[in-house]
Amino acid sequence: MLTKRIIPCLDVTGGRVVKGRNFQQLRDQGDPVAMARSYSQEGADELVFLDISAAQEGRATLVDLVDRTAREVFIPFTVGGGIRDVDEIRTLLLAGADKVSIQTAAVQRPELITEGARRFGSQCIVVAIDARRETGSDWQVFSHGGRVGTGLDALAWAREAERRGAGEILLTSIDADGTRDGYDLELTAAIADAVQIPVIASGGAGHPRDLAAVLTTGRADAALAASIFHDGTYPIAETKNFLRRQGIAIR
Amino acid sequence: MIAVIDYGAGNLRSVQNALGRLNQDCRISSSPEDLRQAQAIVFPGVGAAGPAMTALRERRLDQAIIDAIRRDVPYLGICLGLQLLFESSAEDGAGCLGILAGTVERLRTSEKLPHVGWNTLEQTRAHPVLDGIDGAAMYFTHSFVGVPRDQSLVAGYTVHGTPFASAVSVGRALAVQFHPERSGDAGLRLLARFVESARAAA
Repeated sequence: MLTKRIIPCLDVTGGRVVKGRNFQQLRDQGDPVAMARSYSQEGADELVFLDISAAQEGRATLVDLVDRTAREVFIPFTVGGGIRDVDEIRTLLLAGADKVSIQTAAVQRPELITEGARRFGSQCIVVAIDARRETGSDWQVFSHGGRVGTGLDALAWAREAERRGAGEILLTSIDADGTRDGYDLELTAAIADAVQIPVIASGGAGHPRDLAAVLTTGRADAALAASIFHDGTYPIAETKNFLRRQGIAIR
Repeated sequence: MIAVIDYGAGNLRSVQNALGRLNQDCRISSSPEDLRQAQAIVFPGVGAAGPAMTALRERRLDQAIIDAIRRDVPYLGICLGLQLLFESSAEDGAGCLGILAGTVERLRTSEKLPHVGWNTLEQTRAHPVLDGIDGAAMYFTHSFVGVPRDQSLVAGYTVHGTPFASAVSVGRALAVQFHPERSGDAGLRLLARFVESARAAA
């Protein structure tokens, strides 16, 4: 039976893992390779690296980081942040990434999803969607790290990403992100029902029960979290044990 | 020397890194001559069947793989490296290598496709590379599966709504639908056993 995936997310800039995505008060959390190794040993099912600087000069550092991680960590890992074209995708895959997460560039030029899927296979194209609730059950897609409204409806965009060959959706609720009050279950379930491809839920995890909720009520295939793991409040193994006790299929 | 087949698309780094971790040198190669001389072959395939077969034919790797398996050279096929061993694939309507009797079909399941994530390998018969790994969770990412006509080819299966062959073998050729190079310790154990069996066969 396919298990639900638990995925720690490492926000990196300048070759270090940092806490806080809003560029203010970035706190150093450690060496990404060492953290990746320990998460892997603790039973993480997958890893996500997001380059939050996404600046051109940071690119070489990111590629080096991917290379060093791939030598030591033998679970799948996804790299995202500022990826603009197939050449950048190729560079990251050659360095050892298994998948890339594309967001702003996919909104600006949806053909990038098609081109990436055709050239490298759908299995390595993850489309990241940052969505914010508008009225009732409507969510708008935001780009540029959640700062710029795109006018796109989140459900319609998720369907288009799937049609163009995306292998997975990495869905972040802007409303829930950073609150630790739980994932946006309604948004996650709506997207999970709208597409056939797996949905990774992100934003709002504060307790293992939030992961349990998004993997059941939210119908997500995977739950991504950062601070609850980095803080050591709920280590991976403890979180997975909690989820198992809830009857959720966990590796 | 273990040859890792490069047809211009696969993610070869993860296999190379995993073999490196096991202190096993490998040569990433797109040369039929290297396959003729290799003591063992690993074929990590990703992407779609049609373009992969075209790329293999352009490099004349198709016949080299067929010849190697006929000579009973230890072979490990991963993902597309399993599917291409069959006669044809419903993906792109591609003709494949035809080493194993059967076809490649889209998995008929009520569950989500692609099948992405960790799922259990259930071993169905003794196999030198799989023994001791039975029951471990492995990392999968695919929508199509090999459907052997001869069930005795099946060495292991996995259930995603419905059971499918996740490991097939004939002689010293073993092919798996999952990615041992991305399946943590269990995957590394499988690769280590393949390396051992290849050394024993040399």
